[in-house]
Amino acid sequence: MVAAREVAASVTDPEMPMLTLEDLGVLRDVEVDDERVVVTITPTYSGCPAMATMRDDLVHRLRDEGFDDVEVRVSLHPAWSSDWITPRGRAALVEHGLSAPGPAPSHDGPVVLSLQPTRRTLACPRCGSPDVELTSEFGPTACKALYRCTSCLEPFEHVKEI
Amino acid sequence: MNHTPDPSHLPDHDSVYDGLLGGDDSQWAFGTDFEDPLAGVDTTVPDGVDTHELATYCLMLADDALVMSHRLSQWCSNAPDLEEDIALANIALDLLGQARLLLARAAAADPSVVPALPEGSPVPPEDALAFFRGDREFRNVRLVETDNGDFAVTIARLLLFSTWRLALLQRLAAGRDHVLSAVSVKGVKEMTYHRDYAGRWFLTLARGTEESRRRLVAGLEAIWPLRAELFTSHPVELAVAGSGVGVDPATVADEVDVLLEQVFSMSAVDRPEVGPLAGVRGETGRDGLHTEAFSRLLAEMQVVARAHPMGQW
Repeated sequence: MVAAREVAASVTDPEMPMLTLEDLGVLRDVEVDDERVVVTITPTYSGCPAMATMRDDLVHRLRDEGFDDVEVRVSLHPAWSSDWITPRGRAALVEHGLSAPGPAPSHDGPVVLSLQPTRRTLACPRCGSPDVELTSEFGPTACKALYRCTSCLEPFEHVKEI
Repeated sequence: MNHTPDPSHLPDHDSVYDGLLGGDDSQWAFGTDFEDPLAGVDTTVPDGVDTHELATYCLMLADDALVMSHRLSQWCSNAPDLEEDIALANIALDLLGQARLLLARAAAADPSVVPALPEGSPVPPEDALAFFRGDREFRNVRLVETDNGDFAVTIARLLLFSTWRLALLQRLAAGRDHVLSAVSVKGVKEMTYHRDYAGRWFLTLARGTEESRRRLVAGLEAIWPLRAELFTSHPVELAVAGSGVGVDPATVADEVDVLLEQVFSMSAVDRPEVGPLAGVRGETGRDGLHTEAFSRLLAEMQVVARAHPMGQW
């Protein structure tokens, strides 16, 4: 029988299927107690609509591998950070045409109001050009901003720092 | 939703959708079971905290987010351009997520706040709270419930709301209730970019055309009478602040003023001089006293759930 941890770690994110839940950093813990598997995941954003699908996918995959008694728990603390995306996850994002996040901002101390457009130093995941422009700070999912490369002219998605 | 039609009418297939899903119905957003957003989270109420007061306080924070989320979602397909449509929908989704966790926390702290539904109803507590309470049972401030107005009104309201809520959540992050604290830590990250978004548009509209500036100033004046209520301490807020699980909103007034002044001065907009909207016999949103616009909002928001309390249609 494959280890429960290994099975859970191979389940992919429903919205960014090039990433496993482990690479995304939402898989917090897998515990096996006799026959029972307890998997702990954390939401990326408060309103992340993919949580239910992640839970269902974890339960189904583990059952397929012979783990009949599976419980999925939610962990709210510490809050997810894009810093938790693994190096392998970052490589997978770029390979699939998405730009990986830079270091997340610190939320210790007062939160500074920023009235200037968000500036990031990015490279186009398609052609590698640093000449990119922000199209929209909000994208098709809560975790992405929209960019366009001004060299190859292709649009791409950037996973935001949080 | 019932995906299992009478087989006698469909001799060859159980459901026309079977081929699409390979027999796995877990991908349906509705019609499968509901999951508890606090599954596995320790919801024990800290020592010395009144469970009903904590639950009521969670409803206040939840209802602010839920109603603001609903108003923002009404921009979907109506915003000035596609990017703003997406931005406002994203912000609405964050707030809906916060609301869901907070409603679930209220229900876990004191189940007696959850409206009773027919026996066997699969509606989870947080949905029962969102969709089966009447207007007098909602504890949101009135700022979030009035009509959206034009884009400038929405931006002025979002700036005031997100500046205020960010200040509250920052303090709540250090509170004694672990669930409220965790929800707040995450919420701070989200409110930060909500506030940036609103602040940038405020500045853009103020320095834009004569018309955009005229609308922005009018929008700010329109929402300003609802500002004072944000910083008025309700007895429940004072009680939870006293027991270390909540924040007295009066304590964030100065910080919010400083931040707003920063945006106003860059935008060359004067702080409005309009008086606060009165309550009725001293009651306002936190007491369950709302505006007419709120009843219309609730009617739209709740109609489907109320028509189907057994969760089937």
